[in-house]
Order: sequence, then C-alpha cells, then structure tokens
Amino acid sequence: MLRFPGGGLMLQKDFKRLAMILLFAPFALWIVLLVVLPHIGMIRLSLREKVAPRVYEFGFANYLDFVNEPIYWNTLLRTGSMSLLVTALALLIGFPIAYYIAKLASNRTRGALFLICLIPLWVSDLIRAFGWILLLRETGVVSSFLQWSGIVDQPVEFLYNDVTVIVGLVYTVMLFMIVPLVSTLDGMDNSMIEAGYNLGGNGFTVLRRIIIPYAMPGIVSGCIVVFMLTAGSYLTPILLGGKNSSWFTEQIYNQFITRFNWEAGAAFGILLLLFTSTVIWLGLKLSGQTLANTVAKS
Amino acid sequence: MLAQNRSTPFLWGYRLYVAAFFVFLAAPLVAAGAFAFNDSLFPALPWQGFTLDWFFNDTEPKLGMFHDRRLLRGLYYSFVIAVMVSSLSVFVGTTNAFLFVRGQFPAKNFFYIVMVIPLVIPGVILGISILVLASDTANYLEDGFNLELEFLRPGIFLVVLGQFSFITTITSLVITARLKKFDETMEEAALNLGASRARVMRTITLPFLRPAMIAAGIVAFLVSFENFNTTLFLVGSEAPLTITMYDRMAKVGSTPVLNAVSFFLMVGSGLLALLSILVQRDKSSR
Amino acid sequence: MTNSPMYDLECINIAKSFGSIRAVDDVSFDIPSGSFFSILGPSGCGKTTLMRMIAGFEEPSAGDIKIKGRSVLGTPPNKRNVKMVFQHLALFPMMNVYENIAYGLRCNGVSNTEIKRKVHDVLERIALPDVADREIHQLSGGQKQRIAIARCMVLDPDVLLLDEPLGALDLKLREAMKIELKLLQHQFNTTFIYITHDQSEALVMSDHVAIMNQGQFEQIGKPQELYHHPKTAFVAGFVGDSNRWSGKVKSSDGSGGKVQTEQGLEMAFTAAGGLKIPEGAGVDIFVRPEFIHAVRQTDAESASATGDNRMEGIVDSLLFNGANSRVLVRGPQGELIEADVTLTGDDDIKPGENVYLFWSSRQAMCFASRGAA
Repeated sequence: MLRFPGGGLMLQKDFKRLAMILLFAPFALWIVLLVVLPHIGMIRLSLREKVAPRVYEFGFANYLDFVNEPIYWNTLLRTGSMSLLVTALALLIGFPIAYYIAKLASNRTRGALFLICLIPLWVSDLIRAFGWILLLRETGVVSSFLQWSGIVDQPVEFLYNDVTVIVGLVYTVMLFMIVPLVSTLDGMDNSMIEAGYNLGGNGFTVLRRIIIPYAMPGIVSGCIVVFMLTAGSYLTPILLGGKNSSWFTEQIYNQFITRFNWEAGAAFGILLLLFTSTVIWLGLKLSGQTLANTVAKS
Repeated sequence: MLAQNRSTPFLWGYRLYVAAFFVFLAAPLVAAGAFAFNDSLFPALPWQGFTLDWFFNDTEPKLGMFHDRRLLRGLYYSFVIAVMVSSLSVFVGTTNAFLFVRGQFPAKNFFYIVMVIPLVIPGVILGISILVLASDTANYLEDGFNLELEFLRPGIFLVVLGQFSFITTITSLVITARLKKFDETMEEAALNLGASRARVMRTITLPFLRPAMIAAGIVAFLVSFENFNTTLFLVGSEAPLTITMYDRMAKVGSTPVLNAVSFFLMVGSGLLALLSILVQRDKSSR
Repeated sequence: MTNSPMYDLECINIAKSFGSIRAVDDVSFDIPSGSFFSILGPSGCGKTTLMRMIAGFEEPSAGDIKIKGRSVLGTPPNKRNVKMVFQHLALFPMMNVYENIAYGLRCNGVSNTEIKRKVHDVLERIALPDVADREIHQLSGGQKQRIAIARCMVLDPDVLLLDEPLGALDLKLREAMKIELKLLQHQFNTTFIYITHDQSEALVMSDHVAIMNQGQFEQIGKPQELYHHPKTAFVAGFVGDSNRWSGKVKSSDGSGGKVQTEQGLEMAFTAAGGLKIPEGAGVDIFVRPEFIHAVRQTDAESASATGDNRMEGIVDSLLFNGANSRVLVRGPQGELIEADVTLTGDDDIKPGENVYLFWSSRQAMCFASRGAA
C-alpha cells in the first residue's frame, strides 16, 4: 500500500492555518472597519479647513481655533479635572463598600449585595439621571420633604450646579468602580489579612501594606473605566447641570449637530481622545500596571 | 474574624455607611419607578393616589405607555437593534475567544490589547468616528459612482455598527474567560471516542461555552438597549427608546409616562440580568 | 519476532522531535494481545508524547506504529481503534453517565436500542449498574475512574491507553484502584497500556513494564526481571530503593570482582546485565536495602547472617514503618546506608548501637559509569 509519510501532518497544518485565518477575519474586520479606519477618517477630517463652500484644504485651523478660544480649552480642562475628582470620590466611597461585600459580609448577603450593586448597572443612564431630577428639582422630592419638615420655607432648587453634577456622575459610575474591586478583593486570601494582623500590623498598616497593593489591578481598572466613562459622559452633565454645565462632549455635540461643523467636531473628538488616553497612560505608568492585567481582567 | 481587632462601634458605623450607600444607590431608581403609579399629571409630590393609567390608559392627557405610538416604536427599534447587536457581538466574541485562547500568531498580546481598547474609547467618539467614516464613504460613492447607499447614512444600520464596535469587547472578554477554563483534553477525549471535529465542536466545546454565550448575549442586549452616547450621533429617523425618552425629557417636559417606561425597563432588565446570572450559576456548579 | 497478528500494538523505531528537542528517540516495542503493559518513567521522559502518538494526537517524526498489524500513520485520532483514559479522565460534565458512555457509540452511528443494551452491559461489567442517570459531579473518584474506562471499553478497542489515571486519587483509593484495574483488564481481556511515573503502580499491575528515560526505552521486561536484573544503572536506581556507591574496579574477572568506592570502601560485586567490566573502570554499585542485613556487633558470632561484604557502622536512626521498617546506619566514612530490618518490638536494634552490615556480592549490582566507559 502506498503511503505518504507525514501526509496527515501537512493536512493538519493546512487545516490549522485555514482555521486561523477564518478566526482572524472577524476580528480584523471589526477592528479595522469600526475602530481604526473611523479614527483615521476622523483625524483626516479634523485636519481639513473650509476655505469656501465645498472647498477644503489641509491645515490645523480647527486645532488653532481650540487653542485660541479659551471657552473650548477651559471646558476640556474643567471636564478633565471634574472627571478626576469624580474618579477619586468614586474610589473613596466605593472601596469600603467593595471591601465589605468581598470580605466582611456573610456568604449569603455577599451575593445579594453584589446583585443589588449590579442591578442599577443595567438601568440606563437616562433613567438614573431622570431619577435624580425627580428627587432634586425645585418641585422634587427632597425640596418637598424639606418644606414639609419645616427646615426651609420655600422650594429649593438643587439642580444645575456643579455639586449635583458630581453627585450624579459619581452615582452613574460607582458600579464600574465596585465591580472590579470586589472581584480582585474576592480573589484575595483572607489568611493574608490575618497574617498581617498576626505579624503585628494595625488596621491602617494592613490596609496600606497588604490590602491596597493586592487590590491595585482592580483599583486601576476601576479608575480607568470610571474616568473614561465620566469624561465621555453626555447625559448626566447635561440633564443635571443644565445649560451651563460646560461639558466637553456637549461641545462636540454642538459642533456636529447644532452647527454642522464636522471638522471642528472631529478635532474636538481627537482632543478628547488624546486627553483621556494621556491621563489613562499616566495613571498606568504611575501605578505600574498595564491595560492587559487591569481592564481586560475585570 | 477579619475585623477581629476592630471595636464593635466601628463595625456598626461601617454597617451604617454600607446601608446609607445602598439607600443612595436605590433612591433615584425608586423615585423614577414610584411616580409611574402616581395619579397626577406631573412626576412630583404630593402623592395623588395609586393608578395604572400611565401604563394602560388610552386617552390624552394621561396617555399610557402601551398606547403611546412613539414610545412603542422606540421600544421596537431598541429591541431590533439590541437583538442584532447581541447576536453579532456574541458571534464575533466567540470567534475572538477561540482566536486568543487557541490561536498562536505573532504579536498576540498586542492584538489582545487592541481588542480591549474599544472599551476605553469614549462612546461619543466611537459614535462620531463611525459617522464620519460612513458619511465620507457614502459621499465618495455618491460623487464618484453616483451610488446612493442609504444604509451608510444615520439609521439603524449605523447604530448597530456603533454599538457593536464596543460591545464586542465585552462579549469577547466574557467568552474568552470561559474558554480559558475549558479542559482541552475533553476535545481530545471526544476525538478519541470517534467524533469528527465538527461533532466535537457541536457536542463538547459549544455546550461548554453556551452559558457564557448566553450571559454575554444578555449583557450585550442590555448595554445596547440602554446605550445613549454612541447612538446619539448615529441615529436616523428610527429613534430607539433612549433617544425618544431623552427628546421627551428635554423638549416636552416629563409626564409620569416616562416613569412608567422607566419602571418597565428596570423590571425588564432586572429580570434579564437575573436570568444571565442563573444561566451562569447553573452550569458552573457542575 | 516480527510482524504477526498476535501483537495488538507494534512501535517500530518511532521518534518525535519538537524543534531541537527529541522527546521520543528511536523507540521500538511490541505488545502481545491481552496483556497489561506499563511504560514507567520520570516526568518529562517522553512517555506522554509516546502515548499521544499511539492515540494519533501527534504524528511521529520517524518510524511506524501498527495496530493489529496495520500501520496507522496518517490515520486521524477519531478513526483509530485505540481508546484512551486521560490523566484527569476528561469525562464530559455536560452529559450524564449514560450519555458519556453512549458518546462514542453515537459517533459510530449505532442504533439507540443497541446503545442502550451496550451501555447497560458495560455498566454491569464494571459493577456500577445503577449509575446511568447520575451526573458526573455526583460520582466518587473511583466511580469516575471506572466510568472513564467503561466509556472506552464499550467501543471494543484494540488497545486501551491509560495516562496516569490514578494520579489525582488519594492514597487509599489509589491502592484499591490498582487491584481493580488489574481485574478489569483480565475481565475485558483487552491490551492495556498504562503510563505512570509511580513504580508501584507499574510493578503491581503489569505483565510487562518498559522503563523510559530521556526519550528512550532503557529496558523492557517482567516486573521481577526489572527489579532483580536491571540492565542499566538508571533502571537499578529508578525501580525500587537502592544504596548507591560510585567507585573504581580494583580487580575483576570480567563478571565480578572487587571495587573500591570513592569513600575508600572495598566491596565485592557482580557485573549486572551480563556486562563485562574490566579493571580500572569507573562503576556505580547498587545494593537494595532488603539484601543488607544489620546485626549487632555483639551478636555477630552467633548470627546466621552471612555475605561476602561486611561493614561496620553505628545506627543513626530507625525509620519505623511496620513491615517496611529500616535502619539508617552511618558507615566508617560517614555515609548513610539503608538496610531493611524486622522489628519485633522486643530487643530491637536502637540508635547508637554498633552493628555489622552484611550483603552478598551477588546482590551488589555493578554498572560501568556513564561517560567513563
């Protein structure tokens, strides 16, 4: 009988290569068509100047506009600094909660608490912001309650100020902070904490030297997602902050939809993207983490 | 045990804090839901009595959500979009999982990070970038070849693409995590027992992945359903529910019918989320 | 003995390289029908690669594999009638016991009534007639083991491969399963090829054992042969326990003589494996603890223990383990020597006592050192 030694091997190799190409195709199509090319298109558009109706030429005018108009870059700085503040607040408020869920709650309550944490995750931003409006506006629940209890004697408007915007944003993004924190803390062996106490540490040193370093990937991951979501959020600042919320995404929207100035809008988009990526990159560098072991893990 | 060195007052303070947090978490949702049952034209106090009119009444001014044409249409479009996005993203998520768990190719780690990146791009930017590319392409084809490609203009197709672009990252991560736990000797065992490769895939590998695929599909469905930022720029005349609601809220001023929709959505997504958890738990205990 | 259908499996000069690493190097063997054959070797010796080639998950780089006299090179794994029990069993968790066992039959297109008959038949034979409807996670470790075997046996394989299936079990269960496996093999009368790094598993169950090291077979033989007549120093050291010395041959008649160890000890030896060992050669000498008799120096005259090797020493410690108890004796040069002793609980040897150690030159197995030949 005639046989080809290694014939099966060749066939198997070809089969594997074919399978590889078939698997790579959807990935490549997705990334190239929906992420890479659109961003290239946006960069190209942002570098276009309008010199006459339907006549364009290459130039940095859109970026120069941004630099020359304080309103624009003030808005970006304001968006960035408030996003950082929101991120820090979310971490401060969320960490004890995550620690409680992961380490202190009994087995059964742990699952329930985590579930309660998750449920608002599946409720649209819009509904959450709507809830806050109902609570905080002049005719809202809090105002009515304060009048009824006699603390104030006329309606109070809680909406349309920075504090409310921050509260609303912290609320919106809180879950994205808690979920990665709980999952990293959950993976931490309780005996590590006990050993920390056993070796003579007090509550503070155990927290600083053992718990926080261990939870670092979760902390960084939570912070990245939260910062990104906050800086890119649109609904909450607009609805809770009103006309003068000056959020950068609103500028982008205005350029695109209201003024139909896509070139400027694209430039603003690139700037926002550069800004958030720089902050995330800095955060990763400073904390010594990588994207792969933080966000990808959660 | 973990708080053994802590005093009881500290622990009670801690618990109080946790409780306050959950009140904070629930308050706006309760407010949004509760006013759906208030027999008033405004979603505000005082409480005027219980009613289901905001769901079922069929006449103005108290037009219930199930008789409000525009809201129903929004719900329908949202549903259509979410179904398309979740099936597409689960499909690509599954191929990505196989690519990154089983595949050996150069720069794999780099590509893995590329896969994660859409999740950290602000949704607004994904929306405008896809809008720009689609419009450029459409304009180019129109000017150069006199081709009028309606699907490249804002509309359902672009909304689906926009949401798909980042939701696929989520489904890929979920399904990849599950596939990593798969014991590959199970496939070898099935081959050894005489199964063909296709049969192994159908009877062993996919059944193992099914809970993760269902869970990823539900997550994708919900994220798509509630998405606003990306959708805002890509939406055409077929506005999905979030956009319809936003218009209502920003322009018309809200009536409790929006609370009714909110309540409906909260219950719906709560049930779906619960389902996804049950699906995963059921199988993982085996 | 060449090609004849009485062998279920023949491997002819097979080799496998991964890049520059030679995992399996020119291995040949054949296994008579219906026997229990073990491949014993340390981890990383290539035994798993060898098994995967037989099952068809890897193609050999060279050589031929024949099953029932027919070459299976190029035959994909799902077309070979060689079934395999995996290290972690790889039972399918999404199917119950019945479906697990029926899986292979379904792949072969067997009718439902036939499947039902066969599954119940095989469950009877492994003495688990009532577990068909159980889920896999409801089974005990030993039951899983038997289901994994039944899942293969229901397909009437020419050869059953077992890849260290007892590794994950606890000690007690492992002991019980050894006997059970042997009985199952008798009952099915199918050729079993058993891979392990645990010598007691291999020695207890097998008709023949192959000792594998660094991709090659060192020796194939019956368990007693391997134990008492190892052909290489590796086999002598790997199978069973041994005291080991290195030294140089002082005088030799070819098959035996005197040797001086590196510590300066003189002893008589027998060249193992029928080798000729010339004077001046560097050698390794292995003496098993059970062939060394430890006797109190004060009792030495009356003791019946004899042997042409005698050594003085002091008992360093007693390793009590019932019938397998040992003493550690510190020799004149400070080295520790293990010897089996029978402890009766009454006037036994105690640490600190002076003893003589006796052993016969016939039990001092001697091999030319590697590289020194």
